[in-house]
This record gives sequence, structure tokens and C-alpha cells, in this order.
Amino acid sequence: MSAYYEELLETLQERLGEAVVAPRVAFGELTFETPPAKLLDTCRVLRDDDAFACAQLIDLCGVDYAEYGEQPWTGPRYAVVYHLLSIRHNHRIRLKCFIDGEPPRIDSVIDIWNSANWFEREAFDLFGILFEGHPDLRRILTDYGFVGHPFRKDFPLSGNVEMRYDPERQRVVYEPVTVEPRVNQPRIIRHDNRYLDPASEERGDA
Amino acid sequence: MPEIRNYTVNFGPQHPAAHGVLRLVLEMDGEVVQRADPHVGLLHRATEKLAEYKIYNQSIPYMDRLDYVSMMVNEHAYVLAIEKLLGIEAPIRAQYIRVMFDEITRLLNHLMWLGTHALDVGAMTMFLYCFREREDLMDMYEAVSGARMHAAYYRPGGVYRDLPDSMPKYTETKYRDADEVKRMNANREGSLLDFIWDFTERFPGYVDEYETLLTDNRIWKQRTVGIGVVSPERALQLGFTGPMLRGSGIEWDLRKKQPYEVYDRLDFQIPIGVNGDCYDRYLVRVEEMRQSNRIIRQCVEWLRKNPGPVMLENHKITPPKRVEMKEQMEALIHHFKLFTEGYVLPEGEAYAAVEHPKGEFGIYLVSDGANKPYRLKIRPPGFIHLAAMDEMARGHMLADVVAIIGTMDIVFGEIDR
Repeated sequence: MSAYYEELLETLQERLGEAVVAPRVAFGELTFETPPAKLLDTCRVLRDDDAFACAQLIDLCGVDYAEYGEQPWTGPRYAVVYHLLSIRHNHRIRLKCFIDGEPPRIDSVIDIWNSANWFEREAFDLFGILFEGHPDLRRILTDYGFVGHPFRKDFPLSGNVEMRYDPERQRVVYEPVTVEPRVNQPRIIRHDNRYLDPASEERGDA
Repeated sequence: MPEIRNYTVNFGPQHPAAHGVLRLVLEMDGEVVQRADPHVGLLHRATEKLAEYKIYNQSIPYMDRLDYVSMMVNEHAYVLAIEKLLGIEAPIRAQYIRVMFDEITRLLNHLMWLGTHALDVGAMTMFLYCFREREDLMDMYEAVSGARMHAAYYRPGGVYRDLPDSMPKYTETKYRDADEVKRMNANREGSLLDFIWDFTERFPGYVDEYETLLTDNRIWKQRTVGIGVVSPERALQLGFTGPMLRGSGIEWDLRKKQPYEVYDRLDFQIPIGVNGDCYDRYLVRVEEMRQSNRIIRQCVEWLRKNPGPVMLENHKITPPKRVEMKEQMEALIHHFKLFTEGYVLPEGEAYAAVEHPKGEFGIYLVSDGANKPYRLKIRPPGFIHLAAMDEMARGHMLADVVAIIGTMDIVFGEIDR
């Protein structure tokens, strides 16, 4: 499978040129990045070109890279990840688009793949990414009147408000959370020898 | 001339035909739907965020609770994503067990779908029939994992334990005398595999019963033929997968096209529809049940002949045996490390998809080399299908909305996550 994707990658670079940034084939999957300005053109090529024929957008999601890895993250904070599937050629392509800014903005691909509709609403809801050109960008998963974007890394796991029924006022009231944040298992990044790339080890930079 | 205005109807979230907590805001012109706006998220539990704060193995039970009528298949996608990043593969016997339980799960899911769909459309008997078979399938779950629904049975590197040699049996009570108990235990005398085999012998007969009730039923056809038609082009554009895509006539099944585990060694066929309406999707799913039955039988035959390990012996990832822990220092250390710190995944990202009973269920895992996922994205098939609600329901009558919800096979655990 990897050999097939290497070949596909060459075709990609040939057709898209500079729009293909940091391409790689890892774990039997093809991934590449594209600058936000070229997103729509890239997507159209991926859908319409016979060599790729990605008729389906299988998944679209946001990723917040704020706390990635051990060193502070220097690149753009958010990424939108598109998983494409070609039924004709039976291959998958992963396209990533890094964006920054507050709020982060990116073009909507809803005109290219209609299935992006709810995925983009979800990414807006959870990460606050604005998809320009989306006709109906409302919150989808969180509560009516929810404040904040819960899947951002700076949003606490226990949330900011909790809710209870107040018998005196005879309605549901929101109050600041009383839950103490706690960590049962610390997050550990361990450099496991088993995963070291033998080639890079020989070069001595592992 | 009176002013004619559209009427807005709130359908759900407590309507029995809403299959859980779907709130559907319908704009009606008389009895015809002009616009359908599903409001989801009432069951949102932030599974993906919770997983970021847990070591990998602790999230497996959360997967059961996504689509709570096809539990083990959800686990399967998650476990496959971890195995992809770790670069390991489960032993062959574990792969057969996984495939067998995937198909048992598919039966569970399709029976639930068939029962509730028919109930919504007005066929009460189907519900009772389907739940009769689900009872046996739940017993298989219970025998193998101890839980009737939320199994947590698949683990990275295999499955939690081998198939049991005996089935739990009914006992005599005030309400059940010895003869009755003997009759109920008749197919439980042997091992789990014997029980499953006995079920697969009976099951095609049951499917015939369902078809007798529905396939040529005039009311059933009036309620489903020509309802919610999706053309193949629209189905692709809307991101449909699974029976929703196959009902529209596109032959696409991950079990055949991108086979995982041992699906490439098994003999089965993929049914597809022609018209893309509710009736075709019904036929596709019924045929899928027959095919699942065939797969289960092939797995049972193989599993009977080939004993072997069901979990990798790599104790950095899988727990050591209890007995070893009592005697060996190293096993004790492995156990301690595994259950406190867990294991780390190499840096990278992977997407693993399985053919879920409802469509393509995918797990996108981003790891930064830690013992917890950096980002876990669940690709739920039902979410995408429900997004097409507006397009499918527009121009249909209010009663057809119920049939369309039924045909989508909606379960809110996975849609809201």
C-alpha cells in the first residue's frame, strides 16, 4: 500500500506543485498540508482530477496544536484535517490546513463536498474556527447559549459552569464549577526505543 | 383571503419515534415538510475530550457507549487505530474472534434497527420478534465478556480472553420448573461456539419470518417504497457510507474493498439496492443479516479447529497473566507500569476505519508520543446521515419523516458523542 501512495504523491506534486507542503507517507497513509489560500483550488483538483477522484469527504475535524509535544508549539495553532476517500481508485488522502488568528478563519468546502456542512458546524462549535462561506454556521453539539469552545486545549475538562435546579427561583441556574481539577495519570512523553527510526539512529540524531 | 403561513412543529426530543434525543424542528405547509432542521447534541458527553485525559486503554469502555447498539465494532476501530500506530497485529485467533463478534454485533444492530423501524411504521410484531433473537446474541456477549452490552472486550494486541468452554445456564425458580429449565438450557450444554453454531442454524429461518411479515406486506411497501430517495451521486456528495450508500446502488464495503483482520479469507457477498429508497435499504440490511450469519458460521468452524493465543505476549502493551505476576518480578513491574502509566504511542497520526453496521466508523488518532491521545476524532456514520435529513425529508409528509429517521438507523450515542 505504501508504494502505491508514494506514486500517488508524485502525481500530486506534479499536478498541484507548490500547494503540496510537507507531504509524507506514514503508517500506510498519505498526508500533505496546503496553505489556506490554496485550499479551495486544491480541493477542487482532488475531487475532479481523474488521478485522485476523491468524490467523498469522509471526515473533517479541527485540531488544536497549542500543547503539542514537549517543546512549546511555534507554528499556527489550529489545523483543519480533511479525510478524503476515492471510491473509484480505493484510496484515501489526508489533507491538513494550518491556520492561525483569533478567531481562526478558513474557507468552507461545503460547495465542493456537501457533507462538510455538519462537520464544519462541529469544528466551529468545538474549536471556534470560522468557515467563511458556510451558510448556516451555528453551534451543533453544545447546549443552547453555551459560552466558549470546549475542545480548545485551554478549556478545562470540567468546564466553566455547572447547572442545577434552584427550587426558590423555580428554574435552572448556572454557577461556576465546584469540581476540583485532578490528574489521575500524568501525561508522559517517553522516548521509547522501539519506535526509533533505525535510519535516523544511524545518523545519530535520534 | 386569509394569510397562509407555514407551521413549525417540534418533533422530539421525547418522541418515541425520534430514536433517542433527536429534536427536529419541522417547517410544515399543511402536512408537507418544507424544511427539517435536526437539533442534536442533547446527549453530548465530549468523549473525544475525555479521551485526551486518559491513558489509551481507559478509553475502550467509552467506545462501547458511542453507538450503544453495536458496541464491539466501535471498540474495533479504536483498537485498530492504536495497533496501526504501534505497528502490531493481533494473533490470528483473536482476529477471527473479532470478526465473529463484529458480525454478531451487526446482527444485534440490524435487529434493533428492523424492530424499531417496523414499530415506527406500524408493525408491532417485528419488534417482539427481533428482541427475541437479540436476547440470544446478548447472551453471547455476556458469556465472552461478562457484560450484555458494554463489553470492553477488544484490547490493543488481541481480545481480553479466549472464548469460554461453557455457557451460563438458567436455574430453577418459583416460576420455572425443572422441565422448563431443561428446555431453556438445551442449547447451552456445550461451549460458547456450540451455542453460536446452534443460533446460526436457526437464524436464517427467523429472517424468513421477518421477510414473510414485511417484504411483500402492502402497508410496509406503501410506507417505504419511493420514500427518502437518494441518487448515487447525491449519496456520494452527502458522504453516505454503509447500507445508506449501498441502498443507492454503489457497491462499497470496507470489508471487501479495504479488508481488515481476516475478512479477505471469508466468503460473503455485498448486497446493493437499485432505487435508493427506504425499501431498498431495508432489503440491503436484511440480506446483510443473512451474509453476517454466513460469516459467523465460517468463523465458528475455523475457531473450533484452531486453538491458539488470543493476545500478544508483548507485556509492554498487554497485561501479563495473573499467575506470572505472583511469581515473576518482571511481570509484576510490567503490570504496574501498564496500569499506572500505560504505554506510549509513537508520534504520528493514523486513521482506522471499520465497516460499522451503520456505515464507515473511523477513528482519527493524533499522538505526540505521550501515553494519552493528543487528539481523538471519531467519525460517526449516523452524524453524516442525519445531516442529510433536510434533503431527504423535504417534500414528504410528516409521517414519512418517521420512516426516514428509521431508515437512517439513528443512534444518538454516536451522533452526539
